[in-house]
Amino acid sequence: MPGADASVPRNRLAVAGARATTLAMLRDQPRGDVIRNTVFAGLLLLAVLIALAGLLALLIQAFAKGSSALSLDLITNPPSTAFPEKAGYRPAIIGSLQLIAGVILFVVPVGIGAALYLEEYADKSRWWNTLIEVNIQNLAAVPSIIYGILGLAFIVRGPLDLGFILAAGSLTLALLVLPMVIIAAREAIRAVPDSIRQGSLALGATKWQTIRTQVLPASIPGIATGVILAVSRALGETAPLLLVGATVFVTFDPTPFSPDGYSAMPVQIFNYALRPQEEFQALAAAGIIVMLVVLLAMNSFAIWLRNRYEQRW
Amino acid sequence: MVDMAVRPEKFQSKRAGTAREKVFELNGIDVFYSGVAAVKGISMEIHRNEVTALIGPSGCGKSTLLRCLNRMNDLIPAAEVQGELLYHGEDLYGPTVDPVQVRKLIGMVFQKPNPFPKSIYDNVAFGPRILGEKDDLDAKVEKALRGAALWEEVKDRLQDNAFGLSGGQQQRLCIARCIAVSPDVILMDEPCSALDPISTGKIEDLMVELKDEFSIVIVTHNMQQAARVSDRTAFLMVELDATEQNRWGRLVEYDETEKIFTNPADKRTEDYVSGKVG
Repeated sequence: MPGADASVPRNRLAVAGARATTLAMLRDQPRGDVIRNTVFAGLLLLAVLIALAGLLALLIQAFAKGSSALSLDLITNPPSTAFPEKAGYRPAIIGSLQLIAGVILFVVPVGIGAALYLEEYADKSRWWNTLIEVNIQNLAAVPSIIYGILGLAFIVRGPLDLGFILAAGSLTLALLVLPMVIIAAREAIRAVPDSIRQGSLALGATKWQTIRTQVLPASIPGIATGVILAVSRALGETAPLLLVGATVFVTFDPTPFSPDGYSAMPVQIFNYALRPQEEFQALAAAGIIVMLVVLLAMNSFAIWLRNRYEQRW
Repeated sequence: MVDMAVRPEKFQSKRAGTAREKVFELNGIDVFYSGVAAVKGISMEIHRNEVTALIGPSGCGKSTLLRCLNRMNDLIPAAEVQGELLYHGEDLYGPTVDPVQVRKLIGMVFQKPNPFPKSIYDNVAFGPRILGEKDDLDAKVEKALRGAALWEEVKDRLQDNAFGLSGGQQQRLCIARCIAVSPDVILMDEPCSALDPISTGKIEDLMVELKDEFSIVIVTHNMQQAARVSDRTAFLMVELDATEQNRWGRLVEYDETEKIFTNPADKRTEDYVSGKVG
């Protein structure tokens, strides 16, 4: 093709002209676009900063007020109204630990079971399975106080009639976070590719063997992440506990089935914060620090777990 | 009617048969997905210790047909198989037949290598373990890996994750996993379509070796592959109804591979194998 020969002056001229035009067009980006882009990016950054500022303000406030009360006594001593300098969170911490232990015991088998049913067994073309699915999504968004009323009516009184015991509180919190666990477990199970199931079934494995030996092991990191996040939510819940008997002032170590009452970290913090004295305000702030540390540690562990063991297909 | 669920060994004992023995007999097999036909009227016989290839253009129902043979179609709720499919003379879709038992005897290798996210050893040991054959597992794993021509490459790293193998090695691992449960038949659904030419060559060599012990049915897009490895070839083609709205697969010709590729009886087969259509 002789016409494209760059040594021909006419061609050189044409190429130079085209290049100049292109460069001119590239350089001449409309001013308005540049401004709009910058403004939009700035707004997005502002949104992030607002979210971070909330957390930062909380941390600064809690540390400024609570750092004076931070000591080992905070964890080991029971609360006291007479001696704020000696008062601590011991029964509340023990209560919270038992509450979340109960939540885990209930939520892990039931949550995984429900997720396995919905992902592996439910025929999606049936209307009732779609209904179940939509409702689980909805349940995750129901306010926690409603679960408190449910717990009061059905667990503390009513059919189960457990009374105001720690186990009842545990069960109420478990119901509250169950939808979260089911949704997370479903995501994890769905992430296991079908080719793995088919490979297993083609070797003569039954459906249950396939689930037990292939699907579940591959989805455990995702399920564990969901359970940890759910538990950290349960740990911070106050409203439903107030309805199902978490007494605000308990000076002894609670046990799961004792009718003497129990307390939990957020409930105790609430109680201290209500008192006018400066010392109790500091105690409440110190309690917030303890809870924040525990919650951040749990969430970080969940993120680490997900990144470390997540199966890449 | 023999209950396959309780006596699978009945079929294994037939291994010592002659080379012309029939493994499968298909009489007028139709497959429907949600009432729409995917293949219609397939009748053919598949022989023991041979490699049988199913070839044809995309959408002609090769894979659908293959998945009938070990009842993998059962996993799709909307799939329905009609017609008679005999496996060693027994109705594969009989009321007393358990699809799980069928799949123990009729293994499958898939288009894309699908090793389990476990060690190489555990991949191969998976089948024997779920069948409860746990003694001498090391020997079984070695035998299967040797059978799949993979032993020399992986013997020093059996505990490594199978995902670290190359695509071709992964596919041979899947073959090893399949033969570890000593099946009677191995079905292969385009086993080389995701592999490079060298890996493909290794797997083709393997198929020729494996047919001494197993019967193999392979679906392939690649006509040269069918010509290289198979003893018999079935050519399927897409058929349209009068309105051209519905399409399904139809068996055009089934014969010895030699004959299909050199002297086909049907003009459509000739056009396809000579590359005029496709």
